[in-house]
Amino acid sequence: MLDASVTREVFEGLSPDGELAFYLLAALATTIFVVGLGLRLRKYLRGRREDRVGSLTAFIGRAIGGVRATATSETVRKRDAYAGIFHAAVMWGFIVLFIGTVILTIDTDIVGLIAPQYHFFNGAFYVVYSFILDLLGLALLVGLAALAWRRARFHKRELDYARVDLGAATTDRRPFVFGDWLFLGWLGLLGTSGFIVEGVRIVAHDFPWFEAFSPVGEILARVVAFLGLSAATAGSLHPWLWWFHAIAALGFVAYIPYAKAIHMLTDGANLALRSPLAGRRLPVIDPAPRPLLAGLAPAAAGDSHIGIRDLADFSWKQLLDFDACTKCGRCHAACPAVAAGAPLSPRDLILDLRQQADASWAVRGPGMERRSDVTYGGARADAGEPVFSDVATPVTRGGLMAGGLVKAETLWACTTCLACVEACPVGIEHVPAIVGMRRSLVDQGAVEPGLQTVLTSLAKQGNSFSQSGRGRAKWADGLPTPLRDARREEVDWLWFVGDFASFDVRVQEATRLVARVLQAAGVDFGILFEGERNAGNDVRRVGEEGLFEILVEHNVGQLEKARFRRIVTTDPHTLNTLRHEYPDFGGRYEVWHYSQLLAALFDDGLLRTRRPIARRATYHDPCYLARYNDVTRAPRDVLAAIGARLVEMPRNGTNTFCCGAGGGRIWMDDSGLRERPSEQRMREAAALERVTDFVTACPKDLTMYTAAAKATGLDDRLVVSDLIELVARAIDLGDEVAEESSMDDEVALLAAAGSAGA
Amino acid sequence: MSGTILVLVEHRDGVVADATFELLGRARTLASAASVEVEAVLLGSGVDDLVGQLGAADRVVLIDDPALAEFTPSGYHSALVPVVRDRAPLLVLAANTGVGMDVAAGLSMATGLALAAYAIDVTVAGGSPLVTCQLYAGKINARVRFADGRGIVTLVVGTAPAEPGNVAGSPPIERIGVAASDGRIRFRRFIRPEAGDVDITRESILVSVGRGIGERENLELVEELATVLGGVVSSSRPIADAGWLPRTRQVGKSGQRVKPRLYLALGISGAPEHLEGMRGADLIIAVNTDPRAPIYGVANYGAVADVIDVVPALTKQLRG
Amino acid sequence: MELIVLLKAVPDLTEELEIDAAGTGLATEWLTWVASEWDEYAVEEALQLKESFGATVTCLALDTGSVDELLATCLARGADRVLKVGSFERPPDSHTAARAFAAALGGLSYDLVLTGVQAIDDVDGQVGPLLGAALDLPHVSVVTHIALATDGKSATVNQEYAGGIVGEFEVDLPAILGVQTSREVPRYAPVSRVRQLLKTAEIGHLDAPADGGSGLIVEAMEVPKADHQAEMIGGNADAIAARLVEILRERGLTSGSAR
Repeated sequence: MLDASVTREVFEGLSPDGELAFYLLAALATTIFVVGLGLRLRKYLRGRREDRVGSLTAFIGRAIGGVRATATSETVRKRDAYAGIFHAAVMWGFIVLFIGTVILTIDTDIVGLIAPQYHFFNGAFYVVYSFILDLLGLALLVGLAALAWRRARFHKRELDYARVDLGAATTDRRPFVFGDWLFLGWLGLLGTSGFIVEGVRIVAHDFPWFEAFSPVGEILARVVAFLGLSAATAGSLHPWLWWFHAIAALGFVAYIPYAKAIHMLTDGANLALRSPLAGRRLPVIDPAPRPLLAGLAPAAAGDSHIGIRDLADFSWKQLLDFDACTKCGRCHAACPAVAAGAPLSPRDLILDLRQQADASWAVRGPGMERRSDVTYGGARADAGEPVFSDVATPVTRGGLMAGGLVKAETLWACTTCLACVEACPVGIEHVPAIVGMRRSLVDQGAVEPGLQTVLTSLAKQGNSFSQSGRGRAKWADGLPTPLRDARREEVDWLWFVGDFASFDVRVQEATRLVARVLQAAGVDFGILFEGERNAGNDVRRVGEEGLFEILVEHNVGQLEKARFRRIVTTDPHTLNTLRHEYPDFGGRYEVWHYSQLLAALFDDGLLRTRRPIARRATYHDPCYLARYNDVTRAPRDVLAAIGARLVEMPRNGTNTFCCGAGGGRIWMDDSGLRERPSEQRMREAAALERVTDFVTACPKDLTMYTAAAKATGLDDRLVVSDLIELVARAIDLGDEVAEESSMDDEVALLAAAGSAGA
Repeated sequence: MSGTILVLVEHRDGVVADATFELLGRARTLASAASVEVEAVLLGSGVDDLVGQLGAADRVVLIDDPALAEFTPSGYHSALVPVVRDRAPLLVLAANTGVGMDVAAGLSMATGLALAAYAIDVTVAGGSPLVTCQLYAGKINARVRFADGRGIVTLVVGTAPAEPGNVAGSPPIERIGVAASDGRIRFRRFIRPEAGDVDITRESILVSVGRGIGERENLELVEELATVLGGVVSSSRPIADAGWLPRTRQVGKSGQRVKPRLYLALGISGAPEHLEGMRGADLIIAVNTDPRAPIYGVANYGAVADVIDVVPALTKQLRG
Repeated sequence: MELIVLLKAVPDLTEELEIDAAGTGLATEWLTWVASEWDEYAVEEALQLKESFGATVTCLALDTGSVDELLATCLARGADRVLKVGSFERPPDSHTAARAFAAALGGLSYDLVLTGVQAIDDVDGQVGPLLGAALDLPHVSVVTHIALATDGKSATVNQEYAGGIVGEFEVDLPAILGVQTSREVPRYAPVSRVRQLLKTAEIGHLDAPADGGSGLIVEAMEVPKADHQAEMIGGNADAIAARLVEILRERGLTSGSAR
């Protein structure tokens, strides 16, 4: 029964001329496709070299992970199951239909020409093939319908294309919207027309029994037959419909490399190539940067500029990043700069750079943003002269990006919180690109006065507080038990205190408690006293790489002199650079966050809760702890150990919301923001039911949120405290630690302590 | 024993500067301690009228020349050098102003008389002057003497009262011609500040802000406090330099000299140039995070705290 | 147009100043040195002039032992040439500095010399006018704005007076100007550039006398007790505010009644 008669003719009803026309059109579409792809590949080859492989086994593991993430749409599904599921339906629908076409091609154009006797597109194969393709075709259409519905009806912030850095009159993004619907609609057209061709064919053939295995086509055929379509009419209609479908499909192939559809090709590759350390470990300055393929690339400029100044300073992977973007807007919705009304959207930054790269080095596709202030790829992107007059930016270098196309205030708005990188479903690494361009701003001398003061202080005194580096350990004066000097005696733990913990008056109270709690637990630890300097995490993220190097060299030298087994720090920023970045400078350490140490001490019974903190507390995950270093359990374990009742904010764990202080933002002027991220976060916490405590585990958070509580007037409802302050009370450290009394008193007391210190 | 103290008279628009009266007052005290005379040196063109304001001097040395109609550094320098050489004074007193700075150092180099700058106090001990100078942004005071017992002193404005020197009279005039005029620096014009919305020199309550305010938008808090107090906001130089407030609101050496009933100094560390403009206030209250800030040296009350915390609290309590 | 900027290093006031054992100078053990703030304005102004009029900028610093970084910073900002002047164990007085610069300038050609209007350690006067008298060149201090004539023979400068009044002068070149502030905040010198220049840049040296002195004898130095005058109010912000309200009430300064 399932014999060779169970099949359909691929070019049914086509004359030999028609077949020839089809093959010519196919060749044309393929050529356009290959040219487009080639232009993109050539664009990547113009980028700087960057090693994305490293150890081969590790790379294979990462690549498999990336392919798996692509195959399962898991990164799309993250925090948006609707989008993830229907994206998977569309993706797999398209892939399977594409494979179906490939199979047909093999049967017709390879087997059919070489060995017609081995035709396999019939019988059981045909039935199974038909069934699978029909099902996945249906999945494609359902997915598209669901996503179209989402796009049209959900009014998601992600899909709001309004720019945050430009007035509406300056920019026209309707081509974006058109491009999105074109992509969606075209796919829908392909699926629908395929089914119609199938249905009409089934009618024309008078419902062969085996076409029941093409259920969608069969149902469609029955419907149109019921509506009065005769077999004869269907037979004459079929070639027209077939041509329509064929041309739509070939057109789609040609269109792929020039529009949003390219993400089908770039995103799997981008996910496979993503770095687990993206943003966590920034690249060291390449003393002799070279393009991937010298012959294709613009001549290197004769200057020795640092950082990403021109388009030509981006690496090939970064250029691929730009092409990977689907404008899904998740980075835009997650970004604290966008939320605060700062002139930065990570999405728009990437899209700007893509348009510039395409216009300069590839091809201007349709669906480009139109701006009245800038011509992408044109000379006006070079607007804004670099400060150093010996520097020229030839057009072949793709134009001035840092401080040119991408404005300085846009770059300075980034808090480097990594929310964009974490949210991006396609593995785009925004933060390293931003820091790369900040490096160029610093290299051009374009640093705002307030930040200059801080950087100068960091260079001279090793701290950002414009205080004498000699007084770094003054916070420890008057501790009941003096601290040990890790430079003079061997200790188990070296406590790297950090700037804010050492110098900020409000944080100093917490810092002293850390010392006393660790002493109470019998931890063998010491500090570097005035030998310590700012670890440099945020200096590096400001883009002052030279200063970062100086700080690292100093600290590594001091740490070499000290004798210790492990490092502990309260500061997640310090933690990040010590753990991830110091190895590039010869400093390899085991680095713990104090929340981890505290959790271990409770675990081992070295700390015991005597007075449980029976209060409802929420915990704010510091970006550099949760997102950068995956530490989310330990602080929660500590809160559980001291009896606090944890109530989570909607955005928690690796989805935490930045306080606005990272990446050196804490040193810059926040004037002009609509509402500080920290204040938005306060409101988020205040919306939780009966929560009285806002707990942090980061010195900068403590200052930011103490101020934010005051600014929002929520300080009478929420007590901002560091984890250690609750621990100190729970283990009953005694004396000056605030005694637990009625809640109102305590709130007043702590609020007062906060205002005195900050 | 040299017989005279020369006081350089500064004047503009027919008015002798307060700073000159401060010098004259001080010169009188020193002259009686050292038994010498006070000679006011007046340079200008057609400035005889001004002599009547210089009653505190024993004599007025008047150099009247069209070339001296307005101050120029080179004009004053070439006119003054012969006078100082001839008289071999015990002291030459000039105000530590732009004019004084221009003239005094040049005189020192040209005449060989030593110079003590940024003086906040001068006394005479054993016939020779003893000068206290303020250095390192007010963080160090140095007591200095002149090796040969005579010298030039530039006195910080506002460190002595003007009243004792502001005496009408008709001291004898000694007219001296200009030996050789130096026209390498030519006065063009005065650029006067556009009239601001408020004249801070006439306000009785000033809420003044400096670098310690941190961010521009914090000015709103301060404006609010000033409104509650019925005063206006003024500033130190960095705030005006940054363009956060108009230049007309700037207090200090290159801004306005103010004498309000209340001067609330918020986040102002108190560089000598600033103190010069406000130390005459009746009541000075300073809030700053740095306990070593020199502002506490002139304030009646001080608090070591962050302005951003104190200002809203103060506004609230004043309202309540 | 040849522009010369004169610089010197002064103690960083971030460090708490202490008096030496003799009681007549600063204890130098813990001092760190920075470029004098006003000299930095002079550098920036020179670079601005360079950019708008075209000029070469040469920076001279008194060699007090550790000015290489200071001069490398000038180069990083855009100066064309840097030179160390003389050799001093510690920062000299202004008279000696002026004589040293005068000697150094003798071997250089220049149209305009810029320096900071003052420095925090100028007990014996400011270097600019001292130098002007030593070289018999016109000098203007407290300068806030400089414009060069197109023929390069004169400059128009503003001098600041009290009360916000500004005098505008035309000065024949060559001349010396004491810069009060620059039109832009001094530009940032990236550390990596400074470091690179420290390794590679040629820093020349000019001999200069180091003697002569100022004719001033420092008898004693002391740290004035900053709080000897003010009555200090302690406590948190609310407590401070409460006490201040009390003080203002006592004096009848509340509720806008002072007007």
